[in-house]
Amino acid sequence: MEEKEALAVEMRNITIKFPGVLANDNVNLTLKKGEIHALLGENGAGKSTLMNCLAGINRPNAGEIWVDGQLQSFSSPKDAIKSGIGMVHQHFMLVPTQTVTENILLGLDNVGFFMNMRKYEQEIRELADQYSLHVDPEAYIWQLSVGEQQRVEILKMLYRGANILIMDEPTAVLAPQEIEGLMDTLRAMTERGKSIIFISHKLNEVKSIADRVTVLRKGKLTAEGLPMDDMDRKKLAELMVGRTVLFTVFKEENEPGDVVLDVQGVSALNKRGVPALRELSLQVRAGEILGIAGVSGNGQSELAEVITGLRECTGSITVNGEQMANAHPLKAIERGVAHIPEDRNKVGSSPNLSITENTIIKDYKEDPIGEGWQINFLKAAERASGLKDKYDILAPNVETMARKLSGGNLQKVILAREITTQPKLMIAVQPTRGLDIGAIESIQNLLLEQRKNGTAILLISEELDELVSLSDRLSVIHEGKIMGTIEDVENANIEEIGLMMTGEKVS
Amino acid sequence: MDPIIILHAGIATGTVLLFACIGAIFNERAGILNLGVEGMMLIGAMAGYSVALSTGSAWVGMIAAFIAGGLLSVAHAVVTIHFQADQVVSGLSLTFLGTGLSTVLGEGLSSQAAPTISDVTIPLLGNIPFIGSVFFENHSPLVYLGYLLIPAAWFYIFRTRPGMTLRAIGEKPEAADVLGISVYRQRYAYVIFGGCMAGLAGGIISLSVSPGWYSVQTTSGQGWIAVGLVIFAQWNPVRAAIGSFLFGALRRGILDLQGPATLFGFDNPLFINANLGFFLKMLPFILIILALVIGSNQARRKRLGAPAALGVPYIRGERGL
Repeated sequence: MEEKEALAVEMRNITIKFPGVLANDNVNLTLKKGEIHALLGENGAGKSTLMNCLAGINRPNAGEIWVDGQLQSFSSPKDAIKSGIGMVHQHFMLVPTQTVTENILLGLDNVGFFMNMRKYEQEIRELADQYSLHVDPEAYIWQLSVGEQQRVEILKMLYRGANILIMDEPTAVLAPQEIEGLMDTLRAMTERGKSIIFISHKLNEVKSIADRVTVLRKGKLTAEGLPMDDMDRKKLAELMVGRTVLFTVFKEENEPGDVVLDVQGVSALNKRGVPALRELSLQVRAGEILGIAGVSGNGQSELAEVITGLRECTGSITVNGEQMANAHPLKAIERGVAHIPEDRNKVGSSPNLSITENTIIKDYKEDPIGEGWQINFLKAAERASGLKDKYDILAPNVETMARKLSGGNLQKVILAREITTQPKLMIAVQPTRGLDIGAIESIQNLLLEQRKNGTAILLISEELDELVSLSDRLSVIHEGKIMGTIEDVENANIEEIGLMMTGEKVS
Repeated sequence: MDPIIILHAGIATGTVLLFACIGAIFNERAGILNLGVEGMMLIGAMAGYSVALSTGSAWVGMIAAFIAGGLLSVAHAVVTIHFQADQVVSGLSLTFLGTGLSTVLGEGLSSQAAPTISDVTIPLLGNIPFIGSVFFENHSPLVYLGYLLIPAAWFYIFRTRPGMTLRAIGEKPEAADVLGISVYRQRYAYVIFGGCMAGLAGGIISLSVSPGWYSVQTTSGQGWIAVGLVIFAQWNPVRAAIGSFLFGALRRGILDLQGPATLFGFDNPLFINANLGFFLKMLPFILIILALVIGSNQARRKRLGAPAALGVPYIRGERGL
């Protein structure tokens, strides 16, 4: 029992079940006073579930939670807050139409019926100064930047006297300079004796800030409170994914074939009616990946849309010699153009349809799924189950709704659907954005497999590393024009690409 | 065509709208849309009249109206909060239920005379020229209660701790939930409060403003006006008061226009052709339909300041929480 005195939190043998999923299986976690403890795992590994349970939002099916040496049983978030546990959620829990002060006071019992706002604003200002979390207590939440909103979330917990802070993927929404500021704040808090659980799947970040690390994989522990000093990026990735992760993908030599996609002098307007593409030309050959690099908003989305028939344009777009500009999207589908859209939740899938329904959304009219005017759902489900196994999609079953899937699994569903149509041309826009390492690796390998099968691939991405490791050729887009194309990607000069991305012509 | 009479009547009938509308503002601020206001008003009017008859006290009847409206709204609360059903469908059903129930249970009430609440004049204030005659002379005591309700409701919503919580659960319920506020319990309370206020509005009609029970004609669609007024009022009790009194005056003004045979020295077309009068009577409802159409557009509703979670059932655990 003496050992427990030094522990802020001890979670023992926690098991949490959801219908069809074992979210946490016999998980332990210990948090020492004054430490930053990283909780690492891929999307869907059960990190948030475990922390929701510590924050009193979920109740565990089995296991014990000890806080400051006391056995606790939280039945609501209020209980957790009372024992000094505060959680900063990934999606901020702030009321946009209320002020910073109102958001901080929300749910507090000791605030009077009539609120003396001046007094509370002063208190919050003083607290903010202590931790240098600068934010105006009188400002409305909708006026604040994402970084400031996060500070409000932290202040909300500090104002409640939280000694244990759970930060759920706090850096996912921040710009690089804001991340620096957050790290300083976290360090300042531990110096004052607060303990922090830091949830993340970004290895570099975790490595630099945390004292110890606990790793979850598919709801199970793979590392329990190991000191960070003994860890490196590779080891952490292995614990997370369960196998060795190569940070470089293996690309086979491939002799590209005939030109599949030929775009000549295409111009188009964007949603707001402003020119987005200006006389853009490019070619993609069979069995080749053409990467498109560029700062977001330079015409990338519009380029994908004109090729797939979703946006009007002028100029010529041919796929295997057939004119596709301004054609109905159905024609693109029929001619073997696969599309992995930027927005996988709204464009790439239908959130309220099942996995089965999402996989037949393109070929429901064709054999064996379509039977005259009917759909053979048995066959559809059978095929979807096959795809689920083949592409390792983690879901209770194929009747699961798309919106319940994690980003990586949803992207696998979309890729499975697109690859099943045996495409001649694949347009992939930001296919790995927001995914964890394991998922990124499998999506990238699927793209390379398509390349091997002779599909022409147009890969539009903002991740330069990804483009360099996957592309055979790399074009840079700026204000709707191709600034230049690099033929020898392996020996590309990153600085040169960067210059082209900002609009400078490089010979 | 005396402006004092029209405005005076506008205040009286407007008070009915005011109570129903402020009640609806509370439940909509909590995130629950209740289109059953008309049904709850009818139940309130019927129950109030019936209880006043049997007890001999109009005030006891008024309390019964308050409770009856609240009881009916429990059905809406259970269906929309607990079972997360569509609020529009449930609200419409509630109107049908309220209309049907009050017609059946109110059978035979119209032939009996119940005690009513008599009008009073406020001393001193009633003596002010024009303003006194419009606002403080020969009004139902509930009209004066309504005057107090306006600032009280405004202050509650925008300046007190429970009001802040109320706005939060209608705007972003998950934010309140993670701080330990029971979203369900709060929503139940405000839906029932909204129902009570609608019932009370019904009671104000049948026991005070235009006493008597005339089946569905008792409310004659004022519940719908109240629902539409919430949008006009942009979920603000002070604007709700302005809207209520204006609509009340409009109603009375239209009636008065039909009365005289000549108007400003000309033959009154409304007196000659009754159909024109029916057309004019339709006007407030057309305005309300317009308000509802505007309010049904998500983006426009947001600009008007509608609570962001209005009409959205709250389920803990959706979207990763």
